Amino acid sequence: MEVAVTTCYHCGLDCVAEEIHYDDHQFCCEGCKMVYQLLNEHDLCTYYNLNDNPGKQQKIKVREDKFTFLEQDKIQQNLIHFQDETKAHVDFYLPQIHCSSCLYLLEHLHKLNDGIVSARVNFAKKEVSIVFLKEKTTLRTVAELLTSIGYEPYISLNQLQQQPANYQKGLIYKLGVAGFCFSNIMLMSFPEYLGLEDSEQNLQNVFRTIIFVLAIPVFFYSAQPFFISGWKALTKRFLNIDAPIALAVLVTYARSVYEVLSGTGAGYFDSMSGIVFFMLAGRVVQQRTYDQLTFDRDFTSYFPIAVEVIKKNLTVPTALPDIKVGDTLLIHNEELIPCDGMLVKGRGHIDYSFVTGESAPVTKEMGELVYAGGKQVGGNVEMLVMREVTQSYLTRLWTNDDSAADEIKGLSFLHGISKWFTVVVFAIAILGAAYWAWADPSKILNVVTAVLIVACPCALLLVGSFTNGNILRILGRNKFYLRNAQAIEEIEKVNHIVFDKTGTLTTSIKQKVEWEGAMLSWEDESMICSLAIQSTHPMSRAIAKHFIKFDKMNVTGVVEIPGKGVSGYIDGNYVQLGSRQWIQTSELDNKKALSEVLVAINHKYIGRFIISNQFREGLSPTLSFLKKNYKISVISGDSDKDEPFLRELLGEKAILKFQQQPEDKLKYIKSVQDEGDHVMFMGDGLNDAGALKQSNVGIAIAENSNNFTPASDAILEAGSFNRMPVFIKMSKANKVIIIITFIVSVVYNVIGIYFALKGVLSPMIAAILMPSSSLSILLLTYGASNLLAKKWKL
Amino acid sequence: MGVIILLLLVSISVAAIFLGAFIWNVKSKQYEDEYSPPIRMLFDDAPPKKETTESSK
Repeated sequence: MEVAVTTCYHCGLDCVAEEIHYDDHQFCCEGCKMVYQLLNEHDLCTYYNLNDNPGKQQKIKVREDKFTFLEQDKIQQNLIHFQDETKAHVDFYLPQIHCSSCLYLLEHLHKLNDGIVSARVNFAKKEVSIVFLKEKTTLRTVAELLTSIGYEPYISLNQLQQQPANYQKGLIYKLGVAGFCFSNIMLMSFPEYLGLEDSEQNLQNVFRTIIFVLAIPVFFYSAQPFFISGWKALTKRFLNIDAPIALAVLVTYARSVYEVLSGTGAGYFDSMSGIVFFMLAGRVVQQRTYDQLTFDRDFTSYFPIAVEVIKKNLTVPTALPDIKVGDTLLIHNEELIPCDGMLVKGRGHIDYSFVTGESAPVTKEMGELVYAGGKQVGGNVEMLVMREVTQSYLTRLWTNDDSAADEIKGLSFLHGISKWFTVVVFAIAILGAAYWAWADPSKILNVVTAVLIVACPCALLLVGSFTNGNILRILGRNKFYLRNAQAIEEIEKVNHIVFDKTGTLTTSIKQKVEWEGAMLSWEDESMICSLAIQSTHPMSRAIAKHFIKFDKMNVTGVVEIPGKGVSGYIDGNYVQLGSRQWIQTSELDNKKALSEVLVAINHKYIGRFIISNQFREGLSPTLSFLKKNYKISVISGDSDKDEPFLRELLGEKAILKFQQQPEDKLKYIKSVQDEGDHVMFMGDGLNDAGALKQSNVGIAIAENSNNFTPASDAILEAGSFNRMPVFIKMSKANKVIIIITFIVSVVYNVIGIYFALKGVLSPMIAAILMPSSSLSILLLTYGASNLLAKKWKL
Repeated sequence: MGVIILLLLVSISVAAIFLGAFIWNVKSKQYEDEYSPPIRMLFDDAPPKKETTESSK
């Protein structure tokens, strides 16, 4: 028997509570109705016409004075990025943005508050830029307005810091300029290739002058990144791939300028600008960024920007960095504890799921210690600060960073090849010079420069950047987002994979629900479910999901007590679902307290649901493939109840460690690295942050890519977990493709060097070799990687 | 010959216009958000520059 449920006009969730009607529409809660009323009043109902049920559920109310901290000058200064006498510009991150309705509503904010001049959404970044009149409205009102229509701005501690500049843009400008100059230079060079009659000497000079002028921005502006990076490497006494390239560009330019000014030739401006253009294009392809993802989040992105400090019976919103040891903080329901401290008032129900991935809240009494990163569920509590924010246990995992680890990560095998390549090219140039010193000394300079022009390792750079770029794109398409190209090479070197358990091997979306107690009748089941769907607590949701079919019964007098449970009356029966502290029973005295929900009907305990994490689908084929080729460890903060299962799956050799603290995870990774292992770590929670950073490849698993993930080298969407073996294969193929394509490109170099050594490298030969080599590289690398992707169904 | 030089200048300036347009596009963040602009133009009442009147009610 299934129940016909109506869905909420605003958010699309089932309407289960008492009927809420307005304007012929059904709503699931008062919050959704209020948003609708507000929009209706201001004639913004197009919001509902663009998409069905575009809103987000509004059951959990936002505390009224939550945004008082926005009245503080210091915080305002950091959030408002531009202001003059009358107007102020502010950007808010709104994670709720998901459809065109959001866009419509947010860009019509001025209809809701006439102090707002304009609002513009950046959909990819989920940001809204708002310009408001300082006379008519304040930052706080704007934030509250957004909250009232269901888009609560997410304001975190890292907004107090300077945002890094967008360097990608500069590269795109340079690419544009190089493309413009390259194509025009090519066009102007044709008369030179085809030969001009002597009578048209003037025309030739005109062409050469224009080319000369067009090459200036290419050399001085577009080629800048290569000079800078090459120079940086040289000052560190290290020969990277950019140094010989910069040298080749410099030599080409100098020789071309000399030829044109002296009237001895047309120079190689066309080849030079072409090379610069293609190499920049390769860089842009390789530095592909994912707007919706951030790879270097630290704790500051998770922590609130301000908390309330109690001073002489008054609460003062204070920016987080200003909190001192000895302050008393007031932590509201659903707020994060920002630093380590002692509970001095109220009872803590602290949800550390953020930190550990375990969702069952931990009860803390007065006088007990609470650690940063937990979220208070339930009433307000007061706590005494014992360690400052940056000194807290969890945040220290980030701050004691190992810059040495980063440096090792930065070297590509390309640089090694390029070193040899450069040595060989110089040897050839010297041999050529020696020969011509004997045959015809006037040609020495010509030959040496021609060899350097033709044999620059730009082909190598092109191969590397285009192959990396394409593989990043293929993996990204399959929900495996790598931070940069270097991560591909790191994956290839891995020989030891370490997994976190909770949230990584297990899923947090679907839970296993087991009933312990007397058999339930259909009516009992229906009663329990009807009550469970009233609550938004993850455990109630899990129970409601567990029973697929039930009679929806009318529940009255629903009371939900955070940290305890939910109760209500059904058909005259008083039903309670909740914690052991709340529903007292003697039956469970000596049984272990797991993640459990106790059930009582009319104050009589009838049994409990045990909720445990479920292992991911496709886990066993994935792991049995990986264990054949890699050392495997599982390291978990959890108890060892899953050890038999994992042992069977992973075999005798695997190392399984349980009840590990975040710091132990980091230490373990360090210890196996010291034994010479190249470690890949897969984890999810904040507690894995240290280990993710320490490992050679840290992969953060996210249930969906909008979730927050700690800093890592890669983000894997949980649904793609079982495709990990193919991703690893693809990363390994990357190196093979690069080497094969590079060998092909060497053939072009050999042809070019043949002409250069003979002293007859005409601009035309250079201009034919250069683009054909670049194009065949492109075709080969794209062809090969896409073919493999097709074969492996990526 | 004069014609060729004239054509050259014309072709380069046309290309320069496109380069300018490209730089302008990047600057105005068109490539940063590919989703909103095509949708924004479909809204019936584009966000007005000045304060709105309540007459639309």
